[in-house]
Amino acid sequence: MAPMGDGLREHGVLGGRYDNKEEKMEELLEILGDLHPEVDFTTAKDLVTGGILDSFDIVSLISEINEEFDITIGAAELTPENFASAETIYALIKAKLDDED
Amino acid sequence: MQNNVLDYLNESLNRVPTKIAYADDEVQLTFSDVKNIMDSVGTGLINKGCKREPVIVFMKKSPNTIATFFGVINAGCYYVPIDSEMPATRINLILDNCKPRVIICDDSTVEIAKGFDYKADIVLFSDIVNTKPDYDALALVRKKAIDTDPIYIVFTSGSTGVPKGVCACHRSVIDYIEQLSETLGFNEDTIFGNQTPLYFDACLKELYPTLKFGATTYLIPHSYFMFPVKLVEYINEHNINTVCWVVSALTMISAFATFDTVKPTTLRTIAFGSEVFPIKQFRLWREACPEAKFFNLYGPTEGTGMCCYYPVTREFADDEVIPVGFPFKNTEILLLKDDNTLAADGEQGEICIRGTSVTLGYYNNPEKTSEAYVQNPLNTAYPEIIYRTGDMGHINEYGELVFHSRKDFQIKHMGHRIELGEIEANVNLVPEIKLSGCIYAKEQGKIVLYYVGDITEGDLIKALKTKLPRYMLPNKVNRLEEMPFTANGKIDRVRLTQMFESR
Repeated sequence: MAPMGDGLREHGVLGGRYDNKEEKMEELLEILGDLHPEVDFTTAKDLVTGGILDSFDIVSLISEINEEFDITIGAAELTPENFASAETIYALIKAKLDDED
Repeated sequence: MQNNVLDYLNESLNRVPTKIAYADDEVQLTFSDVKNIMDSVGTGLINKGCKREPVIVFMKKSPNTIATFFGVINAGCYYVPIDSEMPATRINLILDNCKPRVIICDDSTVEIAKGFDYKADIVLFSDIVNTKPDYDALALVRKKAIDTDPIYIVFTSGSTGVPKGVCACHRSVIDYIEQLSETLGFNEDTIFGNQTPLYFDACLKELYPTLKFGATTYLIPHSYFMFPVKLVEYINEHNINTVCWVVSALTMISAFATFDTVKPTTLRTIAFGSEVFPIKQFRLWREACPEAKFFNLYGPTEGTGMCCYYPVTREFADDEVIPVGFPFKNTEILLLKDDNTLAADGEQGEICIRGTSVTLGYYNNPEKTSEAYVQNPLNTAYPEIIYRTGDMGHINEYGELVFHSRKDFQIKHMGHRIELGEIEANVNLVPEIKLSGCIYAKEQGKIVLYYVGDITEGDLIKALKTKLPRYMLPNKVNRLEEMPFTANGKIDRVRLTQMFESR
């Protein structure tokens, strides 16, 4: 447990649970897989242009990412480029987490 | 007296023939372009012998599609819009219901149409649009037009798995457009930003007032609704001053704090409907657009679009629900209790619609029609059809109508009206499925499906994609060993809801 009084850290959300890339990526893939169990998100590179994600998905996707990683993805970061693949979404999450450290 | 929706075009055509009527990123049509397309398509259909019959319009969302709708009406026929996002099974059900002779396609859909089980005369838009107009033939059709003849059929979710085709006539659309335009204050300077698909009644709000006033409608590309900053920039760049959107499209913008980056500067009329607007999100919008007027709209497809409006002027607490307000002029709302008597103020009753706005009924479906389009129980003197919405409501202390709940398992999800029974019926068609139960988690806005059967969640979704439109696909799918049942043997939805909440 992280030594901070912050409730989120006590729950391990920011602390030990996501120390490495694999774990974060796995969590992200789980969120994406919940949205579209029929898509292989480890290989798909055209989530936006290929029409895999649409406006129905984006709201729940962001809210789950925000909740799971305790970050706030803002409107400015909602771009086709950031949501092209699991890798690019991961990069966005990582940048946000690094920012907040 | 105007007895044809296309008469709306006459004045605009005289006044502003070269003004843009409908535009998207690829196509721009002026009012005279619309007139030319409508006359060519109309003549093409007349030449094929089409007369007072359904004509399928299977084209991607485009200004050309709108002009093709008018072309179908111009031939004295009624358009039935279908979309490539609709799965094949659903399209086949629609074709079986309408039995059209002609399907108008564009390059993006013609190959799909050739693969339909149902065989019809497939006509390319790019061909029929080159038909030389026969003005005498068109004038004759117009002269014989009756305003109670249909102009479109749009399909809505049916609880047995078969979609129902709501059929509307000139008169109810004219009535709707007149009342809506007056209430929301549309005029020749109105610039609409359309969000809703063309295969539902929601787009009537932009399509026909544009003809009537010589206004302009931009069809905003679907992809913008994923990226709120781009969307607001689009609105500002195109000077869009009027939007009639589903609530989820508006809250998508406000919930991501888009207004910290960019604010819509040109919007003056913001109408929304189909869902409850969370007050917190609504406040963000009102702060961002202090000069805009906000309207809550309410109404079923069977009432030709919207039948009630509420100008949001007073303050609301966080947990309050914005009323659906008052019926449009020329429409009455009856709140009927179970015993078919009127509910007193404050008392709950089923919202029933009386007036010209009630549509003709479900196409080729007398059984479903007679369940919902019924004789007014308060009138025993002469035939008078009212539409029973299945929505429960009450009149509040201010005399405003407030929507309360549904009588059945119909839900509103991302602005779409969905029967959970239709989802279950389609799930049960998958061979591996033994049992299925669908619930709606209102707070999270998720359709949740539980099933028993020898198939993975992923494969089930894949199978459903061929049967259900995207907006009806369950957001969460859970496989169960056993389905919970109630004491009298029905699938226990209360238990399923508890299971989802305690997951």
